[in-house]
Amino acid sequence: MKAPEKPGFRNIIIIAAIAALLVFSIFVSRGEDFEGTDGQAQKAIEELSPGYQPWFSSVWTPPGSEIESLLFALQAALGSGIIGYYFGYQRGRDKHREKEKKCYK
Amino acid sequence: MRCKGWLQVWGTFILMAIPQKAYGMHIMEGFLPVRWCGFWTILVLPFLFLGYRSIKSLIAEKPSLKMMLALAGAFAFVLSALKIPSVTGSSSHMTGIALGAILLGPYVMSILGAIVLLFQALLLAHGGITTLGANVFSMAVAGPFVVYYIFRLSRALQLPVWLSVFMAAAIGDMITYIATSGQLALAFPLAQGGVLLSFYKFIGIFAVTQMPLAIIEGLLTVMAVNFILEYGDQDLNEISLVKRKDVFYDEGSREARI
Repeated sequence: MKAPEKPGFRNIIIIAAIAALLVFSIFVSRGEDFEGTDGQAQKAIEELSPGYQPWFSSVWTPPGSEIESLLFALQAALGSGIIGYYFGYQRGRDKHREKEKKCYK
Repeated sequence: MRCKGWLQVWGTFILMAIPQKAYGMHIMEGFLPVRWCGFWTILVLPFLFLGYRSIKSLIAEKPSLKMMLALAGAFAFVLSALKIPSVTGSSSHMTGIALGAILLGPYVMSILGAIVLLFQALLLAHGGITTLGANVFSMAVAGPFVVYYIFRLSRALQLPVWLSVFMAAAIGDMITYIATSGQLALAFPLAQGGVLLSFYKFIGIFAVTQMPLAIIEGLLTVMAVNFILEYGDQDLNEISLVKRKDVFYDEGSREARI
């Protein structure tokens, strides 16, 4: 019987594909400033209805792009922490179960 | 060996978390006329109610799935924080709603997606409170439902799990932006040509930029499901009681296959 393929190998391919896609994106659009699409949508709105005035503004805006980066990084960090905890916990539990099984044999 | 796979996940997340200037998506604060804000908010309320009930019953019946719920939320949290450069020279971000929609169903994601959007609206001035209803509709209602049904359909057609997950996540990501374009077009129809021409304009902004991102989102979701099939088997068995385990297993085989 063929040994089951480890997910590690597949994941390496996936990561390589993502990295290649990102490098390609940055490469083909050299010289661009990678403006966000919502900023562009805002411009389109101004074009479509020139008189439109936003009727509400953000309750709180991060003071400066550095603080904004910090908050985005924090959001990503919190999320990845939980993801890491989940898989670590699952793995630990699996290992523990295997051990218990061996003890009873 | 398993340890290595671990580092890979962390590595990618950390690499991709390097922040980039400029915003991503979502309709910005104040940029939707009042009546449309009201319309989308009202439309979204029943979904949020059903989502709340769905989460409540999930926790009551299967407390051990709480962690998977946290995982689904965290995945959306991380992916929507990452601003990714695209081939068009602009950047946007992913939604991350597919994993939870596939594992726990679309209703659950309405609440988790709304939490992510609220966080970004309040702390990052990204999206907005007034446009929350519209953004919840596109990212946390339309997206998850499309993801869920594409996944179920692909599995019913006996496509492999990885392909089903990839397609569901990638198309779900695109749907979110198509919905956003539709919402903007409805609110800002072109004086000559109307809603449809306006829709083309907005879709022109979002769609091409989003395509590579949708592929990345699909790939990352496949990776996450890979890891769950490897390590989270216990949780998948729990899901079986919500009658979804069949989706991850091929007929006649006890082993999860991807």
